[in-house]
Amino acid sequence: MAPTSCSLCRDAKAILKRPKTGQQICKDCFFFVFETEVHHTITESELFKPGDRVAIGASGGKDSTVLAYVMKTLNERYKYGLDLFLLSIDEGITGYRDDSLETVKRNQQQYDMPLKILSYNELYGWTMDAIVEQIGKKNNCTFCGVFRRQALDRGAASLHVDHIVTGHNADDIAETVLMNIMRGDIARLGRCTLICTQGEDTIKRSKPFKYAYEKEIVMYAYFKKLDYFSTECIYSPDAYRGHARTFLKDLEAARPSAIIDIIHSGEAFEVKEEIKAAQKAQQTCKRCGYMSSNDLCKACTLLEGLERGMASSVITDRARKKMDAIGPAPDNIRTIPLFRSTPTIAVELPSQS
Amino acid sequence: MAGTMTIKLVFSGGLELLFGNERNQSVLIPSFVPSDNSTHSSPSSSSSTSSSYNNTPSTGETKAADLEYLIYHLRDHLLKERSELFMENGTIRPGILVLINNTDWELEGEGSYQLRNNDEIVFISTLHGG
Repeated sequence: MAPTSCSLCRDAKAILKRPKTGQQICKDCFFFVFETEVHHTITESELFKPGDRVAIGASGGKDSTVLAYVMKTLNERYKYGLDLFLLSIDEGITGYRDDSLETVKRNQQQYDMPLKILSYNELYGWTMDAIVEQIGKKNNCTFCGVFRRQALDRGAASLHVDHIVTGHNADDIAETVLMNIMRGDIARLGRCTLICTQGEDTIKRSKPFKYAYEKEIVMYAYFKKLDYFSTECIYSPDAYRGHARTFLKDLEAARPSAIIDIIHSGEAFEVKEEIKAAQKAQQTCKRCGYMSSNDLCKACTLLEGLERGMASSVITDRARKKMDAIGPAPDNIRTIPLFRSTPTIAVELPSQS
Repeated sequence: MAGTMTIKLVFSGGLELLFGNERNQSVLIPSFVPSDNSTHSSPSSSSSTSSSYNNTPSTGETKAADLEYLIYHLRDHLLKERSELFMENGTIRPGILVLINNTDWELEGEGSYQLRNNDEIVFISTLHGG
């Protein structure tokens, strides 16, 4: 086949067919449109203001690596005036997270950004390896998900940041829309397409790649030769998301715009006020002070179950009541640190390499 | 023109795990291959024993080697495990990106692209965590 020329500059050879638009574009135009679309997502949603301290949730994987690179590029190009940090959570998974954290440490050098690594062991006194050893591989994703979400918030608090950005992309969000529809989870369906969320007292979280296709993120990393790590978590079967993902990839193969269409459909759902009101009121956890819809926040509940050897029974409210019925929590249960008023900022400054 | 071509291969994004954890490999592919993509007339490795290739299959029609054939060849001779994670319905599984000489294969005719000597084909899985 004769080489196709770029449909934007009409000059250079096209190297990519955009899934969103079907346009055939060259490398330079691809970099430009990809970055500019993320810039528009950021400015149209007014995600940041000058002087904001922003932590990039960095796993070493493709999405967060590209996000760190693009955030740095846009912050310089458009003078957002942001202080950017890399924030990584070390779940304590040997052979998985230890390797991916090496990638984040290289990113710290390459992008010249301060890096904070916070470990489950430091926060909760448990690594995922130790948790899986106690509870087995079933349900361990519940622990990891609750612990990671809180760890990001607590790590961000220790950095005194206003905002956490994560690498969730259009494919991830479309998957979540499908999963929430299939599970009939109307409350989450209403929330999952929001670009920015903020809890009662937590730090803002947003997804600048909300409209960025996974294909383009991976192509961007490939053509920019970005350094990222790709291995599946050794404990994660997450079968339900796997089904949604396979289904979505099949849809995309048949009609590439399906991903963006599903996000738009998700955004168009309106959840009635009385449904929203039926959700439990937010309070603060009586043990650690994190926001919670019960006396104890999810992490404290899970941690208590682990410490009392009843971990597998704290996933549901009923099991929680059963645990309470056996007796009150022992006095030596750990209080998970909140880092609310930490005066010093412990970050590893990039050294000259 | 010789009867075989050298095709350079790159597996990344986690896909290398299905191919013996070797990111960079190469294969020898006959210039003409069975139209039904049967690969059984080929030796089973990426080694340089080109002399043992049977360039004219004894039965059936032949075609100039294309990317579709390469996919079957990789599945039958290079893939170490779980072929369903690489191929689906006669093509690459959705979610794996393919580049032909640094260009998206969707611009090059996908499976019908005719291979040339020293082509570089890159396979990147997007199915792993971010």
